[in-house]
Amino acid sequence: MSSIDLTQFQATFFAESREGLDAMEAGLLALEAGTANGETINTIFRAAHSIKGGSATFGFRAIAETTHLLETLLDQVRGGQRAVDAETSDALLIAVDVLRGLLDRVEAGDSNTQGDASLNARLEQLLLPAATAATKKTAATVQPNPLGWQIRFFPQPGMYATGNDPLRILRELAALGDCNTCCDVSALPALHDLDAAQAYLGWNIELRGDISRAAISEVFAWVEDECALEIVALIPPVVAIDPIVAAVADAPIAATSAVAAHDHGDSSIRVAVAKVDALINLVGELVITQAMLRQQSAHLDPGAHDLLLVGLTQLDRNTRDLQEAVMSVRMLPVEFVFSRFPRLVRDLGARLGKKVRLRTSGEGTELDKGVIERIIDPLTHLVRNAVDHGLETPDKRLAAGKDAIGTITLSASHQGGHIIIDVVDDGRGLDRQRILAKAAERGLPVSDTMSDNEVWKLIFHPGLSTADSVTDVSGRGVGMDVVKQNIAALSGEVDIESQVGVGMRVRIKLPLTLAILDGMSVAVGGEIFILPLSYVIESLLPGTDDIKRIAAESRMLRVRDEYLPLMAMADLYHIPPATTAERSTSVVVVVESEGRKLALEVDELVGQQQVVVKSIESNYRRIHGVSGATILGDGRVALIVDVGGLSRSLIRAA
Amino acid sequence: MSAVRILAVDDSASMRQMVAFALRAAGFDVAEAEDGKIALDKARNDRFNCVVTDVNMPNMDGISLIRELRQLPDYRYTPMLMLTTEAGLDKKQEGKAAGATGWIVKPFDPEQLVATIRKVMG
Repeated sequence: MSSIDLTQFQATFFAESREGLDAMEAGLLALEAGTANGETINTIFRAAHSIKGGSATFGFRAIAETTHLLETLLDQVRGGQRAVDAETSDALLIAVDVLRGLLDRVEAGDSNTQGDASLNARLEQLLLPAATAATKKTAATVQPNPLGWQIRFFPQPGMYATGNDPLRILRELAALGDCNTCCDVSALPALHDLDAAQAYLGWNIELRGDISRAAISEVFAWVEDECALEIVALIPPVVAIDPIVAAVADAPIAATSAVAAHDHGDSSIRVAVAKVDALINLVGELVITQAMLRQQSAHLDPGAHDLLLVGLTQLDRNTRDLQEAVMSVRMLPVEFVFSRFPRLVRDLGARLGKKVRLRTSGEGTELDKGVIERIIDPLTHLVRNAVDHGLETPDKRLAAGKDAIGTITLSASHQGGHIIIDVVDDGRGLDRQRILAKAAERGLPVSDTMSDNEVWKLIFHPGLSTADSVTDVSGRGVGMDVVKQNIAALSGEVDIESQVGVGMRVRIKLPLTLAILDGMSVAVGGEIFILPLSYVIESLLPGTDDIKRIAAESRMLRVRDEYLPLMAMADLYHIPPATTAERSTSVVVVVESEGRKLALEVDELVGQQQVVVKSIESNYRRIHGVSGATILGDGRVALIVDVGGLSRSLIRAA
Repeated sequence: MSAVRILAVDDSASMRQMVAFALRAAGFDVAEAEDGKIALDKARNDRFNCVVTDVNMPNMDGISLIRELRQLPDYRYTPMLMLTTEAGLDKKQEGKAAGATGWIVKPFDPEQLVATIRKVMG
């Protein structure tokens, strides 16, 4: 056993192996779709090769076993001896899945986990016809060891040019047993003819001891082509020994090595997420300290402290830059999510008998790692729905005059401070009448005069999202309420556009990051609240005529021609009114979430600032109407208003 | 004499780290490179006493790396070892022809690696 602990490299191995499997999968799908280039098969092969090397080194037998078969198969593909037909492709894709599972199990500590015997058998089966040339074992004839060996070793003159040194070989032999070396200098030229870079000496060696022939062969393994070598047993035992070192029989596989590779290995380092998060946290603290300094310095006399104030301005800028730079470390391209869909669409399409083409764009658009991870599920759901319920079968599409192959488009883009992700299909679209009928049946308040937009929103309603109602309501809506919740939890929004027979678009709008937020700070009875700026429409000083009391508890505010529900923040958060602030002079901030506007009454607008979001949920528990907290420049804690939550609770109350 | 400097080349981070770690633990001064191209650059701008390289890598494979290095006066006699799997044994001859000193078969024990390098370095 080695004294070097290998476990410290295992985390890297698992991470790179998963990346390798992703690359393999993408490559295999590209081969299948015919979009592969010359480098694709090399990338696939290299992935299998690396995983095999690593797993064997770390002693993960099951993984090594499967990747060995995979590698052999891929080597035949690479060498042009095998075409990737549907059967091979299927087996290889399954192998990718199995290996993912094995990696998970091994990483979880089950290093003795068994491989998938049926998969291995399937791969072996595939290898059978072509395997004849591939595996040829060296006949290992075990013979009793003689008393010793007589070795004649005459290096070729050029041996040094491969970095080999006869001295090393002599030392190794001496380490094996009792070594009597006799140097042959007959080839040594006169001094003025001597080229120091050439080997002229030869040796006759008598090596005594219980030494296997293999051990000696191993010493000479690297140089057997660069020397004249004879190894003869000193006292021959029962069997006569072949005087020539048996070279390891190499399988005559086509050596296709030189590959003009074009993919750029990006120079990156792998860092634990915890470290990045710690960095972000520290920068967050720095931002708070910086805000505090700025607040304190406001009282200073600019004339007397000009240098200090210039320095603080500089610090302000540096902090902002640092914060941006650190935040960008957490950003991942959307490709991280998109890359899983070709496989999903392929498998699902095949199972449902539908032909699907997947297009993606904007894969390079970056999103916070936390957002990326939590968008996977809802996005998977939407894509699945699009294939399952959105796209028609090829015959129906042809009958409708459409291309038999349905298209699903995934795209990502920046828009202001948001990321927009679209899932578009060119399927049948939503059926307005059936959704309305189903909603009415479920007792939802609907009417025929509702706008399309309002009708589409119904599919997010839990009542319409249950499985049994799905297939009859134009098929859409399975778990759509969950999708919506997931996205709302990310402070995102979902929007639907649909046209019968033409298709449907689901648009997800997400904040760039969850860790920092542009906020409007407002004062309510001595407390400060933060309203996320992305929700704020406007702020105004309403006249008393504009406020209508509808019921004892319910007021409306007229803003131009619209009546908006008006709520006092002090009431919502049970804050006693500030002694100084009069209700009559209060300010109203109009916010909008999910297409609904809401007027919030506050005492005072304090200002706009970037705040570092701290989770309350993870430190305490979830509080209704609060999405998080932040620390202000003066050290006070301010709650961040969950505008979406407030607006939803208002609907429920209504 | 100053520490023996070794250049470890492998596109797989875990293998590279493992090789580098084992060699460093054995007292060697180790530099790392992710592929042949990077290794060639490093070797040109520096001087290594030994090169240990994976064979199958993007951009420039280990055999091309060895071939290129052998052209450089500084590396004409430098020991260069290939890390190869048993499936890659057919690469041995090609590697030798390119000027490789020898090979180490994966999987290998880190101590086995260190012992081999020690032997090569005398």
